[in-house]
Amino acid sequence: MARVLMKGNEAMAEAAIQAGCQAFFGYPITPQSEIPEYFARELPPRGGLFLQAESEMAAMNMVMGASAAGGRIMTSTSGPGYCLKLEALAAMALTRLPAVIVVVMRSGPAFGTMKAAQEDYRMTGNGGYKVVTFAPSDVQEAASMVYEAFDIADQYRNPVVVMADGMIGQMMGTVDFEKMPARRQNLPEKTWALRGSASRGGKNSALLFPVGPAHYAAKSEAETELYPALVRNETRVEVTDVEDADLVFAAYGTAARMCRAAAEELAGKMKIGFIRPKTLWPFPYEAFDRIGPKCRAIICPEINILGQMIDDVRIAAAGRWPVYHAGDTAGDFLTPENIIRKAEEVWEEQRV
Amino acid sequence: MFRSKIIVAGSGGQGALRVGQMIAYAALNEGREATWLPSYGAEMRGGTANCNVVISDGEIPFAMVSTADYCIIMNDPSLEKFEEKAVPGGTLILDSSMVRREVGRKDVTVYRVPADVIAEEEGNPRGANMVLLGAYVAASRAVSLEAVYENIDHSFTGSKAKYAASNKALVKRGYDLIAGQE
Amino acid sequence: MSILYTKPKSLNDSPFTFCPGCTHGIIVQLVASVIDEMGIGGDTICVGCVGCGGYLPWFMATDTICSLHGRAPANATGIKRMQPDKVVFTYQGDGDLASIGTAEIIHAAHRGEKFTTIFVNNTTYGMTGGQMAPTTLPGQKTTTSPYGRDVELCGKPIRMCETLATIDGAKFLERVSVDSPGNVRKAKKAIRRAFECQLAGHGFSMVEILSSCPTNWGKTPLEALERIRTEMIPYYPLGNFKDF
Repeated sequence: MARVLMKGNEAMAEAAIQAGCQAFFGYPITPQSEIPEYFARELPPRGGLFLQAESEMAAMNMVMGASAAGGRIMTSTSGPGYCLKLEALAAMALTRLPAVIVVVMRSGPAFGTMKAAQEDYRMTGNGGYKVVTFAPSDVQEAASMVYEAFDIADQYRNPVVVMADGMIGQMMGTVDFEKMPARRQNLPEKTWALRGSASRGGKNSALLFPVGPAHYAAKSEAETELYPALVRNETRVEVTDVEDADLVFAAYGTAARMCRAAAEELAGKMKIGFIRPKTLWPFPYEAFDRIGPKCRAIICPEINILGQMIDDVRIAAAGRWPVYHAGDTAGDFLTPENIIRKAEEVWEEQRV
Repeated sequence: MFRSKIIVAGSGGQGALRVGQMIAYAALNEGREATWLPSYGAEMRGGTANCNVVISDGEIPFAMVSTADYCIIMNDPSLEKFEEKAVPGGTLILDSSMVRREVGRKDVTVYRVPADVIAEEEGNPRGANMVLLGAYVAASRAVSLEAVYENIDHSFTGSKAKYAASNKALVKRGYDLIAGQE
Repeated sequence: MSILYTKPKSLNDSPFTFCPGCTHGIIVQLVASVIDEMGIGGDTICVGCVGCGGYLPWFMATDTICSLHGRAPANATGIKRMQPDKVVFTYQGDGDLASIGTAEIIHAAHRGEKFTTIFVNNTTYGMTGGQMAPTTLPGQKTTTSPYGRDVELCGKPIRMCETLATIDGAKFLERVSVDSPGNVRKAKKAIRRAFECQLAGHGFSMVEILSSCPTNWGKTPLEALERIRTEMIPYYPLGNFKDF
């Protein structure tokens, strides 16, 4: 398949099917509805199952059941639905069930606007779990991340979230499905899957509360093995020109694209470095240690008010540089122009 | 590095989004990078249907267009809204069958294309957007007619294949109109 | 020496942890016996709920999963759709099924999901400590209806079999009770019939079982059984509502 021009939502759905997604359970919500629509059209003729659930919660709990039955399963939603799915996401993480959840972020609650936003960074359910959370910034990357998410979920028996936003979901961009990440080899067999005790010679598989060794035992698997391994192996970040930067932009997703556009305009005035987390968890704290001595400040543009990722950036900065938020959710939300203005303001302020 | 930013705007049903997609597909056919972004955010409430297209030889930093090299405008509200988005020295391509307003800008090139009249003449009254697409190809030379034709052949298949020739003819009419003015 | 009775093979060796006199134990034993008699234990997947029924996965020797509150039908949908040749059943209480999980059970029935639901109705939230359920009878005192259920305030108790009987996808619906040996035998027959409905691929099947909760009702086990007969059955009539 050569390069094609596709909507981000459709590219993510196609990548999932190519990664072997066997079933999709979902519920319509803007700006991600092209994902269930694509699965409804494409998955049954290609041997999979598409089922529209009665609610966001039901969809996620169907994902949980289908994953427990051993399948490669996906769902997608936006922020208002994501918060409804979180209880089941927690249940899956705490009982070690893999699945891929795509969140196409928008601003506000269900009666809010459909504009792209980055308001779900901190949204997690109960139970103190962690899931690898990818943050694509263009259509090709959105597809690649969804594709790889299935293998990561199965390798670690842990759900994976792909956190895109309305703009990435709605825009068309070029995507080359021949450039998907390599499939991981030797994924563990799902011996725990619910296929009836006869499939295991009479021994039953009980997926119970997470009271076992997974999360709530002293020195649990999650604490000693799973999460350290994810931090070690799956942290992703793009770092550019930070060694001699005057200012560093730290941003993810669409905000990171805006930073690129802003940096082109600022090129003559100051040297801009970039840190673009490609995983929001695990967060690439170490990347900030590469920032050079010339750096005056870090600006963290996000499409939300006050900032969410900025807290992790502050932790990473550890007081070495001042950290500024840029962006809000009003009008045309964050724009490259807002970022340029903020950079110029901060530059003036820090030069004195 | 070549990079061109385009806004296509009209009212729903005029085919503005389609024109934008055709430009993006044509750029892709010629080995370029392309992004297409439908009207989004607060603009959804304006009653206009519009899209942003960026075509480039290299990476496209951001798909949203704040200043455009080309604005293809299909009605009065769109002209009012997007005239100011054109870069100085940029180009406005107007569907003069629909746009009655005067262009206030003096620092842009304006092409007036009676797209609806031409589409009527060709017996395909819903194809005015294809005339404007042809006009854009001639004005910008950013994509070739052949690349556009290839997409038309690709888009109109099966029971719709019979419309391909008519759409190509409309694109050609728009192209010839502008190429003839140069 | 001859063996007159053994635990069903579909149960493991864990002792039941239900309160003394609670009829959950009888119901679990009936379900396990039916699974044994039908010879389907090796292919059965049990979906537990939240509440006293949530203990079930600890007792079953079949494959099991614990579902979230009210979501057992959604879990069961996912499992059964991935493995249509397996036998899947949910075991849910009245708070779980008739309150927080109403959407899930109605839509599972509506889609004609081919699994079986064992619905245990004891007119209260047992494990949570005796709060009012949608099934709590008019005037019944609970910790959240301390003056008795006020039907002006909270409406009348919901009858799930009758509600689901209006749905095409529901193919077997029966309400039974376990208050007497005769009714226990009828309950077992209904449970078997529900599993047969699933195996034949007809659609959704459910058995509603009127059950006692001596602890939260403040009654002795015998008084509790008497209450099923004198108060519950008059409001929740026994019988078949749909047969395939």
